[in-house]
Amino acid sequence: MKEKLRQPKPYMNPYLAGILLGLVLLASFYLTGRGLGASGATRSVVIGAVTSITPEHAESSGYFSKYLGDNQMKTWLVLEIAGVIIGGFLSGAWAGRLKIRVEHSPGISKRKRIYMASLGGLLFGFGSQLGRGCTSGAALTGMSVMSMAGFVTMMAIFGTAFVLAYFFRKNWI
Amino acid sequence: MGPLVPLQNISNELNLLIAFVIGLGFGIALEQAGFSSSRKLAGMFYGYDATVLKVFFTAAMTAMLGLIFLNFVGLIDLDIVYVNEYYVYSAIVGGIIMGAGFIIGGFCPGTSFTAAAIGKIDAMWFILGSMIGIFIFGETFVFWKDLYMSGYQGAIKISDVIGIRDGYFALLLILVATLMFWVAEMAEKKFKREDITKEI
Repeated sequence: MKEKLRQPKPYMNPYLAGILLGLVLLASFYLTGRGLGASGATRSVVIGAVTSITPEHAESSGYFSKYLGDNQMKTWLVLEIAGVIIGGFLSGAWAGRLKIRVEHSPGISKRKRIYMASLGGLLFGFGSQLGRGCTSGAALTGMSVMSMAGFVTMMAIFGTAFVLAYFFRKNWI
Repeated sequence: MGPLVPLQNISNELNLLIAFVIGLGFGIALEQAGFSSSRKLAGMFYGYDATVLKVFFTAAMTAMLGLIFLNFVGLIDLDIVYVNEYYVYSAIVGGIIMGAGFIIGGFCPGTSFTAAAIGKIDAMWFILGSMIGIFIFGETFVFWKDLYMSGYQGAIKISDVIGIRDGYFALLLILVATLMFWVAEMAEKKFKREDITKEI
């Protein structure tokens, strides 16, 4: 019996989770006029770090200088992502999923998973700046307001992942 | 009449509190959906778990229909709701690079935060990697600036591009998504991998 109690709770039905996510997104539109985001918060952290190390460099940067002026740790998206982290933690705690670990396919080592996760993050971070937002801000939010940019970005992200899936199958299946 | 923050003189502090509360909901929805597991997310691209498609499209449709409804009953002014600006080439190339990052890294930025929050070390590395990627983009911006700015089309909507009314486009999307859900359910049966799905 005790073993059974330790099992994590199952995930929410995906369609229900989608409705929940859609309502959160709708609330964001109704309250603020903008949708959700994620990579913008990471950019704020990067700009904050660059500014605190070499303020002159941040100012002379053609890209980072566009975002200077605000306190980078108090932007809307940084606060939103603080909520995401706490919300994710609370949900994981409630469901019994809190565990420090490297999640990886048995086909690859922990070390390889970490290399791949870091490389994937690097590409995603880079691409999210070029594409003016990631899956949250460009694709999901963009689609909800029917923006052409949202649909194109969504198709480019998922299309590329499908095309490349074969070459990276050993990492996952 | 919404959106409240731009129209109702809401203080910056309250706006930031709203950001935090919205984020709480966002994080809970992502974690409950199972997006804190890279193996579940990647399942989309091998067919054994199509949760990504189901959650993503259900969420987009819910928000889209909600906006149409709120506009219809006069609760929101859609002219003030932000519509993403379309720069053809950077949207496509940026999306391709992100797609590669997705299949290699197993997360996108939002999901990596919820995964890190429940203790996934690989997600923490993904976040670190994305910081480095953003830093590299900023430092090498001079090389990408032309691509970044080219093909500007303004904040155009897909319904205008196709030439149909918003409501009809929403209906079309519902039909397409329903078809995709049906295919996804079949794919999950065909490419079933119980050895993986019972672990995630």
